[in-house]
Amino acid sequence: MSTPNTSPTTVETDRTRRDGWAGANGSRPAVLELHDVTKTYGSDPPVAALRGVSLTVAQGELVAIVGPSGSGKTTLLHIIGTLDQPSSGTVRIDGVDVAGLDDRQLAALRARSIGFVFQQFFLAEHQTVLDNVADGLLYGGAPVGERRELAAGALTAVGLADRQHARPTHMSGGQRQRIAIARALVGMPAIVLADEPTGNLDSVTGAQILALLKQLNEQGATIIVITHDRGIADQLPRQVQMRDGQIVSDTASNQQPAVVANSVGGNATEARR
Amino acid sequence: MSATTSLMPARLRSGDMARVASVGLRTRRLRAALSALGIAIGVAAIVAVLGLSSSSQAGLLAEIDQLGTNLLVVTNGQTFTGASATLPSTAPAMIGRIEPVNRVADTGAISSANVFRNPYIPSIDTNALTVQAASLNLLPAVGTSVAQGSYLNAATASEPAVVLGAAAAQRLGIDRVYRGERVWLGGMWFYVVGILKPATLAPAIDDSALIGYAAAKKYLNYTSTAADGTTTQGPPTTIYVRAQNSQVDAVDNVLANTADPENPSYVDVSQPSAALTARADAQGAFNGLFLGLGAVALLVGAVGVANIMIISVLERRSEIGLRRALGATRGQIRMQFLTEAILLALLGGAVGVLAGALATTVYAHTKHWAVVIPTEAWAGGIASAILIGAIAGLMPAIRAARLSPTDALRTV
Repeated sequence: MSTPNTSPTTVETDRTRRDGWAGANGSRPAVLELHDVTKTYGSDPPVAALRGVSLTVAQGELVAIVGPSGSGKTTLLHIIGTLDQPSSGTVRIDGVDVAGLDDRQLAALRARSIGFVFQQFFLAEHQTVLDNVADGLLYGGAPVGERRELAAGALTAVGLADRQHARPTHMSGGQRQRIAIARALVGMPAIVLADEPTGNLDSVTGAQILALLKQLNEQGATIIVITHDRGIADQLPRQVQMRDGQIVSDTASNQQPAVVANSVGGNATEARR
Repeated sequence: MSATTSLMPARLRSGDMARVASVGLRTRRLRAALSALGIAIGVAAIVAVLGLSSSSQAGLLAEIDQLGTNLLVVTNGQTFTGASATLPSTAPAMIGRIEPVNRVADTGAISSANVFRNPYIPSIDTNALTVQAASLNLLPAVGTSVAQGSYLNAATASEPAVVLGAAAAQRLGIDRVYRGERVWLGGMWFYVVGILKPATLAPAIDDSALIGYAAAKKYLNYTSTAADGTTTQGPPTTIYVRAQNSQVDAVDNVLANTADPENPSYVDVSQPSAALTARADAQGAFNGLFLGLGAVALLVGAVGVANIMIISVLERRSEIGLRRALGATRGQIRMQFLTEAILLALLGGAVGVLAGALATTVYAHTKHWAVVIPTEAWAGGIASAILIGAIAGLMPAIRAARLSPTDALRTV
């Protein structure tokens, strides 16, 4: 199945993509397609981290990938984020088949199509909040003025418009994670990957971050949250549950009719094994 | 597929690269300063050594220039049998007839006489001083002047009067001229009428006691036999010739033949300023040791930079992982750390050049030399710092780039 490539190929069109987010409720092209992906580490003995994962995420979805530690969700995150390559199977990000891309092309794909939110935030303490967010566009090629302009917009979206010139050093965990989310969103990527975004936060702040992610999703962002916490996953519209390197359940069939065929097909394949 | 072909990473702008590469320096300033110190010391040593030798050279050359480079010195050489040759008494007059010669003066070393403070000094304690008969126009020819008292004149030249060279006066313990001051010279008292300033171009004058040719003939029996058989004043052993600046080489070429037409090969001609200039040039050769020390400091500095960069790469794994996640290519990570190492070394190099230049300036000022810092010194210092940074940073940068993004992001 061929997906129409709706992704802009240059950074200059990021603003048009913002419009694209807003109007993404018509046809919903897939931004992530995994087909029968496996990942095996080491050779003696080989450890299978992923054993045939198929998953399709359409534009505008908010998906939780949930599973206990060792279920392969971190490996899956790395493969979706193109930080790692699958042992077999196909990965299409934003319409681009990842197989055969070299390091430079993968880097360009990450710069353009993927935003990361990490459990540990990974903020640069010596930089202002604004520059931290603007660094989300650092490797995209835009000049610094444009990057800061977009960063200011992203900070407004996460509710930190008034802290632009502060430094993250003395800010709370929740505020830091907001900065990190703004950094992931500033390039309007096709996919935002959030790895345990509430893992370092107390429950109240975690709930606020989750609410923020939902709100940003309503504005059009496609967000995949990786978590071990069922309680968090249950608050998100679609939950993909993993265990032992396989998807054991996917609630997509109830809520996302447009992608049911794919998901069910994938699961059916696994089920047959 | 068009989407694939368009996947080209954007070039990092040079301003962004400079900012990214200076992150390590800006966030860990003390560490950066300490690791750049080794390179700073090495570069400073090299710049200061080269600057000081150039400045002292410039000082010496300026002095030579002031004294004049047109002085030629004619001395008696050796005969074919190895015996000391004698210049004809007529040589100064003959040389004076060469067209572009401005001034001719001469001295005659009287080997039979020595000079002592008083008669009770053992005769072997000569203080390495020589007694010379000198012509009356000697001082302007050799480019020196009287420090105290006066020089010989037509009257004192035939009397037991002596003028001491700067070193001779010091070794005899005479630091000023007063009435009745005398030295024991050639077995009799000679009265000191003057003391000279140092004669840089004619150091032989410095350790001489100068008397008139007439006095030498009269009291010390320094004579020669003229062609007609009469006894005249003694022969000159050194003739100082001032030629016109543009004609120095031409005069040089004819001097030997003019001084002793019969045996030109018995005559030695030299240009003291040329010898001094050569010595000034040769001074650089003595700096090898210090340059070597500077190079060792640079090497130690390079090891320090490499060390600090490797630690930096280990400490900043998560930053590397984040940057890779944000879309940095391996090349961009490599370039970031390589540029950081170069910046670090360049910082040290710049500080080193400034310190070396400062040391040179201060020392040259105390010596009243012109401050000369050769281009090779500071440009070479900066260039070697850049090179060292590149070499020291290469391995850590390659290691940083090789780090897989998933490993870099793993926090345990």
